[in-house]
Amino acid sequence: MISSRTFLPTSPAVLARHPAVAAAARRQQTWAAAWLIATLAFTAFSLWWLDIAFGELGSGLAQLGKLVAQMFPPSTGSHLPLLLHAMGETLAIAFLGTLTAAIVAFPVSFLAARNATPGILIHFLVRRCFDTIRGIDVLIWALVFVGVVGLGPFAGILAIAVSDAGTFGKLFSETIETADRKPIEGVLSAGGSNLLAIRFALIPQILPVLLSQVLYYFESNVRSATIIGIVGAGGIGLQLSEQIRTYDFDQVAFVIIMILITVAAIDWMCGKLRFYVIGRTTAPQT
Amino acid sequence: MASGLLILPQEQIERLLANYGRAVARRRRQFYLVVAVLALLAAVAGRYGEVDPPYLLQHISNFTSYFGRILPTLTFTHFAADVADWYWNLSGWLKLLVDTVLIAYLGTLIGTLGAFATAFLTAQNTAPNGSLRFAVKRFHEFCRTVPDIVFALLFVAAFGLGPLPGVLAIGIHSLGALGKLFTEVVENIDMKPVEGVRSTGGNFVETVRFAVLPQVLASFASYALLRFEINVRSGTVIGIVGAGGIGQDLFVAIRKFYYTDVSAILLMIIVTVALFDLISERIRHHLARLESAR
Repeated sequence: MISSRTFLPTSPAVLARHPAVAAAARRQQTWAAAWLIATLAFTAFSLWWLDIAFGELGSGLAQLGKLVAQMFPPSTGSHLPLLLHAMGETLAIAFLGTLTAAIVAFPVSFLAARNATPGILIHFLVRRCFDTIRGIDVLIWALVFVGVVGLGPFAGILAIAVSDAGTFGKLFSETIETADRKPIEGVLSAGGSNLLAIRFALIPQILPVLLSQVLYYFESNVRSATIIGIVGAGGIGLQLSEQIRTYDFDQVAFVIIMILITVAAIDWMCGKLRFYVIGRTTAPQT
Repeated sequence: MASGLLILPQEQIERLLANYGRAVARRRRQFYLVVAVLALLAAVAGRYGEVDPPYLLQHISNFTSYFGRILPTLTFTHFAADVADWYWNLSGWLKLLVDTVLIAYLGTLIGTLGAFATAFLTAQNTAPNGSLRFAVKRFHEFCRTVPDIVFALLFVAAFGLGPLPGVLAIGIHSLGALGKLFTEVVENIDMKPVEGVRSTGGNFVETVRFAVLPQVLASFASYALLRFEINVRSGTVIGIVGAGGIGQDLFVAIRKFYYTDVSAILLMIIVTVALFDLISERIRHHLARLESAR
């Protein structure tokens, strides 16, 4: 296999001596060229379709440079207590949203796992339900919930809870499906009911994995919670979008730095917790 | 294998049972402690988050009636006409959906190219320079920590409304996310080919081209596709801040209470996202097979 991926030697004598290698390498080069041309053509089409002119890019970059220059030095604009409160709100939204989503998704995910579901039709329906929820971005859920419960962090909590319930449902049920069958058979053969098998054979196996997934999504939700304020669902995003609209870029810079520090701190903390729970730090595959 | 029930002396059984009881009790205590801490945190967060369950319960009918209202009235007798009425702006929305997907494509392309160009500088085993590695790593971190919608807000302020700020925002955010993933892929390669090329006098570019690239290309493509899926989702919302795509129309429909438009657009978004997830999953599985066959 190595031969087909190496470059084509230019010496004709070498090429003549290894015709199979030369042919494979040439085929590979043709494929690479075809891919390159296709990508370039599609990119050109996209630029044309979206009506993106490179002229705009130059003037926009100059404007962006001006905005970035205005960011220094970052300033609180004497709103520090307000900003800190908004940050607390952001963390609260992420925490309660994740917690609610996990509590809701946990029982439902058993219905969606092939090895624990009471019926294959239920499995299918619940799975499609999760897929539909996940297909809608958290920002859109936030928009919807602002319409239902009004402006404020409560709408943000509900948005994250609903959106993540779909994600957790999928992840949890996939984890349940990978669980080892033997302990379950053990409990069943000792006369335990299905419920007892789930409690004593299934849950002990999957709980650490689920906790690690929840922690990972808590990190991700802290990021989401920083932006849902843009549509009025509470948290630091409201301040951020207001400051950008009023061109207070020194305060924008301060808020962005606050977000970076908070996210880094939460990531670090969750990394420690996850290591404690599961003994490794890798993120689950989504 | 000899079978026979081993009966332990009574005192040993009692000792084992006592140990077992202590172990269970310790786990129980740990569990209750965790629950108590979580409940405390939830109470504090509830105050900060202005959680109001009675309010929610009172207005839960809003939620259900909202979904009732966004659903179109489809009658069996005039089904085609009703659907046509529901999707009155189909061609406009389809154009915006194509916009969304192309924004995601261009953003993913920018992110992939940027991450590709920088990942070899940040991977421990190929980095030519320690301080450069540190700087580029921090740059990646910055790009992926600032949410793409925040970049979009900033770029809309600089470039004006339209798809360009959306493409750039998604591109920069993807650069950060892919930069980290690509770096990890490069760090996990087999170093023997690298040593081989270096020992024959290859420079940095030649080492990357002939020793690293053949090992990482399939994983890179797979991660780029995964990112494309994520970016199609992002592409549906950046319109909310004016950065192009279907999000703008959805935002207007929700804010101005054009109820059936909301469900029409949402359905189109869900179908598009699911479709691209499916396609990209197929290709990624194919790539994974290629990778394991190598």
